[in-house]
Amino acid sequence: MNAAIIVFPGINRERDMARTLRLVSGQAPAMVWHAETALPRGTDLVVVPGGFSYGDYLRCGAIAARSPIMKAVRDFAESGGLVLGVCNGFQILCEAGLLPGVLMRNSQLKFICRDVYLRVERSDTPFTRGYNAGQVIKVPVAHGEGNYIADGETVARLEGEGRVIFRYAAPDGMIDPNWNHNGAMNAIAGILNERGNVLGMMPHPENHVEASIGSTDGRGLFAGLVDHLAKAA
Amino acid sequence: MKARVTVTLKTGILDPQGKAIEGALRSLGVDGVASVRQGKVFDIEIEGVTDRAKAEAVLKQAADKLLANTVIENYRVDVVG
Repeated sequence: MNAAIIVFPGINRERDMARTLRLVSGQAPAMVWHAETALPRGTDLVVVPGGFSYGDYLRCGAIAARSPIMKAVRDFAESGGLVLGVCNGFQILCEAGLLPGVLMRNSQLKFICRDVYLRVERSDTPFTRGYNAGQVIKVPVAHGEGNYIADGETVARLEGEGRVIFRYAAPDGMIDPNWNHNGAMNAIAGILNERGNVLGMMPHPENHVEASIGSTDGRGLFAGLVDHLAKAA
Repeated sequence: MKARVTVTLKTGILDPQGKAIEGALRSLGVDGVASVRQGKVFDIEIEGVTDRAKAEAVLKQAADKLLANTVIENYRVDVVG
């Protein structure tokens, strides 16, 4: 796996992501500064990590989404390359127009930092082949703006085309407003683009990959990507 | 040339910050406030442009490219002189 992690000023989860990618794939990712205009040759996965790019000024992810490197990321996605955006990375991909919708302020107005349960809706994507459809995984969230919204037509399309990949759920997998901690429409925690090669999600699977942390539920996402890329190669 | 871009949330978009402010005003005893929606104001100085229409075009470009997310927000540009 030749992963590239995009680094913006104010990002703070890039090292967690790098550690996880190295741990699961056996290969250290390239760290690519936002002012670059090209991705390293041979990149097969771009990760836009979490954090607070540009201090969340203006709107979360708004300024990072317009960085020089994002043109290369857009070209990479248009040519079918896999792009994963986590937390602020999801916000950045939405602001860049690579994914539809917006992440608004959490409905309870609080920054939420805790483990949540996600229902994996599909297993037939490069990002979720390490899981079974309907499986519930426990991963942490840490965000103040994770409340996914889009216009009715967009949400209907996302649902109709099976592009909602992760939903906030109760531990038994039931969708319940009490477990939708940020108020996201349809309990949406992660979505795919139309082509199926760009995934954005608010939770942090990269933080649950080692038994010493208490959960390895996030590992399936990265193991699945490694598997997918090895088969594609 | 001085100008102002005002960005507001579109109708129907939930505004939890506005709601919180609305509740705070009520608890402060400010009567008569039916609802609050929070927006943003950008005061911008434009240089090298003297034509009003051209200035508006610059502001529109700024709003479309960065200042507003037109998925959820509307904006208004005003050249104030």
